Amino acid sequence: MNIGVVVFPGSNCDHDCEYIFKDVLGQSVKMIWHKDTLPAGLDAVVLPGGFSYGDYLRTGAIARFSPVMGGVKEFAREGRLVIGICNGFQILLEAGLLPGVMLRNTSLNFICKDVYVKVENAATRFTNRCESGQVLKIPIAHADGNYYTDPVTLAGVKANAQVIFRYCTADGKVTAEANPNGSLDNIAGIMNADGNVLGMMPHPERSAETVLGNEDGRLIFLSMLSAFGKSEQQSRLVGV
Amino acid sequence: MKSLVITQALLEQHKLSEDEYKKILEILGREPNWTELGMFSAMWSEHCSYKSSRIHLKKLPTTGPRVVQGPGENAGAVDIGDGLCAVFKMESHNHPSFIEPYQGAATGVGGILRDIFTMGARPIALLNSLRFGGLDNANTRHLLKGVVSGIAGYGNCMGVPTVGGEIVFNDIYALNPLVNVFCLGIARKDKIFLGKAAGVGNPVIYFGSKTGRDGIHGATMASDSFDEEAAQKRPTVQVGDPFTEKLLLEACLELMSGDCLVGIQDMGAAGLTSSACEMASREGTGVELELADVPRREPGMTPYEIMLSESQERMLMVAKAGREGEVIKICRKWDLDVAVIGRVTDTGKVVLKENGHIVAEIPAKALADDGPRYDRPSSPPAYQEMLQALNHDTLPDVKDANAALLALLDSPTIASKRWVYEQYDHMVRTNTMVRPGSDAAVLRVKGTNKALALSVDCNGRYCLLNPYEGAKIAIAECARNLACSGAEPIGVTDCLNFGNPQRPEVMWQFVLAIEGLKDACEALKVPIVSGNVSLYNETNDLSIYPTPMIGMVGLIEEADRTATQWFKQAGDVIVLLGRTREDLGGTEYLKVLHHREQGSPPLLNLEDEQAVQACTIRLIREGLVQSAHDCSDGGLAVALAECCVSGTDGRVGAVVELQLDGLRRDALLFGESQSRIVLSVKQEQVEKVLEVAMNAGVRASRIGTVGGSRLVIRVNGDQRAAGCTIDLDVTTVHERWALAIPRALGQD
Repeated sequence: MNIGVVVFPGSNCDHDCEYIFKDVLGQSVKMIWHKDTLPAGLDAVVLPGGFSYGDYLRTGAIARFSPVMGGVKEFAREGRLVIGICNGFQILLEAGLLPGVMLRNTSLNFICKDVYVKVENAATRFTNRCESGQVLKIPIAHADGNYYTDPVTLAGVKANAQVIFRYCTADGKVTAEANPNGSLDNIAGIMNADGNVLGMMPHPERSAETVLGNEDGRLIFLSMLSAFGKSEQQSRLVGV
Repeated sequence: MKSLVITQALLEQHKLSEDEYKKILEILGREPNWTELGMFSAMWSEHCSYKSSRIHLKKLPTTGPRVVQGPGENAGAVDIGDGLCAVFKMESHNHPSFIEPYQGAATGVGGILRDIFTMGARPIALLNSLRFGGLDNANTRHLLKGVVSGIAGYGNCMGVPTVGGEIVFNDIYALNPLVNVFCLGIARKDKIFLGKAAGVGNPVIYFGSKTGRDGIHGATMASDSFDEEAAQKRPTVQVGDPFTEKLLLEACLELMSGDCLVGIQDMGAAGLTSSACEMASREGTGVELELADVPRREPGMTPYEIMLSESQERMLMVAKAGREGEVIKICRKWDLDVAVIGRVTDTGKVVLKENGHIVAEIPAKALADDGPRYDRPSSPPAYQEMLQALNHDTLPDVKDANAALLALLDSPTIASKRWVYEQYDHMVRTNTMVRPGSDAAVLRVKGTNKALALSVDCNGRYCLLNPYEGAKIAIAECARNLACSGAEPIGVTDCLNFGNPQRPEVMWQFVLAIEGLKDACEALKVPIVSGNVSLYNETNDLSIYPTPMIGMVGLIEEADRTATQWFKQAGDVIVLLGRTREDLGGTEYLKVLHHREQGSPPLLNLEDEQAVQACTIRLIREGLVQSAHDCSDGGLAVALAECCVSGTDGRVGAVVELQLDGLRRDALLFGESQSRIVLSVKQEQVEKVLEVAMNAGVRASRIGTVGGSRLVIRVNGDQRAAGCTIDLDVTTVHERWALAIPRALGQD
């Protein structure tokens, strides 16, 4: 698979995403400077986490004007895979590629810790290696992860099965206590209506290796490979 | 040059003594002008010149087979194999953090990060050591919240994980908190960059943020004591911009990947003055700068202001002649200001011009290296004997051991620091194998099979009671934390926080602490490769406890051979390495339960320490232990409680049985005897573990079993005294320990 990882000024999970796709999963990765255009031949684009433009304004609000974003929108419109993690999710919201906005966490603090999320829809190109209802342990690290949208949009998103991950307890109960940031309906990740753009606040790239003590996040990346007809086996061989 | 009337008042304002001024006259052969006086004032400040500490620092061991760069550069570097170096340093930002906690702490993080990436290393870990007053004080709560969010705000944005640290709360720090920040980066051994202005004719290039009027005379402020007027010093605190620093980091590493760079140094304390004169002095060259070319935030800045500004996120670099274009292109790519502001010369002087006219001319070496040196008088304080005298017979022994344990777990110094570290991104860069909350943080080193363990530590109360022993213990305990992760210590950085060196009792503490550090480092064979001294930590004439903070780096050869502190599995056997003595002096128990900070700190035998650590490292490397935790604040009972409740995947109980054997009950449970480690071991490995310990000459006792939902510690009495029992539900233990800080902050 050919993966493009966009580097905004202030991106800081770009190397982590590169490491997962290239060193762990053996795929080909191109780092794309935000002032450049998307190279031809990409299968998926990653908008990584970080603090694009320092997040001094609303998170993602400036990054959406980066020159590369025109190409990313076009890429998404063609139905190809785009995943935004954390700040990448915030940028997708600001760019209008996903519905809704992010508010400050209700605690008003930055929160970094493991959380549990429930896979609400396993029939997607990002979750096909998960079971429906499966609970994944994946860390979050953000100050603005409190997802919000208007009731009409929310109803549409839910009716369309676009809610992909919801914060839950270790045994899969979606409760207020399991919600780390005040997110509407415990939403941790959503997809667009066409099913090719995913935004998620948790960081799967931080929980995809045994050496880090947790491989749950790896399922997201393996699902993307599966969507391209690649298996774990193949990916390992490519890595050699 | 404008002439200037040098008055006594002007010298005092610049914190220069009459003798120092005479020396300036000698060096220049004339009176300095306003700009030159400011430059001398900054460079000869305690903060920049180490004038009171330098003759003592020379005694520290700084060499060893792994040392690639010792003290004197932006940071130290040690070889970790595979062609890589660990580059690290610790620095204080105490005074600014008291004046303005968020920005003070944030810019402390910014400064230490620049010290690391200036060397060509990508920063991969931050840690911090903090000291505050008691949390019952509203201003302390304000300082804690401000400092923590400042560290988080800067480090998180930079994408460098804050993986560990420690905090002590004690009223002595109420008006002089300590904010010490440690950073570690990884560099290729053959690609380490130094701050040198080499090659006459090479361009001197400024890049990063523009220069503003902030932080002028920060270095001088940091070398002053505080009083009620401290708040008025707020304009001397700089404002941080982590986004620009992130761009600066990436631009630097991109510049360093090529071959156009000759030398580089960040503009920290004393700004452009220190970077220019230190780079020239190291190389024996000079520099000539045109100040009109320095990127500035506002018009009308004087040479004095430009040279003494401590605006953050700025770098000075010497590039190869003719390669300016490449440098400028990379800086522009990262949207940074960049300007060629001068050339390297052979005059040995820092020559400053403004629109072609000379505005300052000083020998670089005079500013950077020939500052005053003082061998200040030292003598023990009058109260020292009274402090050390502690008659155990006047202390009633503990009766309700349950209540005592819960009180200790509720002490913010001992309690869980989760409220703090959850605000720090501690996982970014995906190297963090052991997160905050164990004895040491452990990070894998990508591209190798290795891991690094990192720990920061110091018990200031021990250092107050006995500066020599306290400093020894700081080194020993840091190394012990690493040993509990299976790591062999390979390098130390220190941050020596003391009071006013013009007080003989403070110098006495300082000199003895240096001796302690020296002896402990030599015994444990670990060199000090970088460091920082922070003096004048006193407010309203009250000095802090002597606090020589230690940051230590350990190497784990095989990343999967490491350990964490918490118990893993019911049925595992608990083994205590080391010997428990009647060490009650200076303990947290004595402070919390008896409101006394008195006595002699625990005895430390460096040979025993070394044996216990070597034994633990060996056991972990051979895969024989399930967990390893060092006994420190609160003693064995607190260590056992932490083993039960600090785990990332839930809690587990334990049943332990101890023999009084002539000790007091409180000394056995809560005494802080050194060189002790609590292990948990699979049943089938116990014999092997005891055998390894015996062969290493380490006392090892089987004291209990992991399991159940209660922490039970039974102390069997002897003919002299009755025993006692701790018997608590682990949920109660956990609740007390985990929520103590939020409770104290009023957030539970």
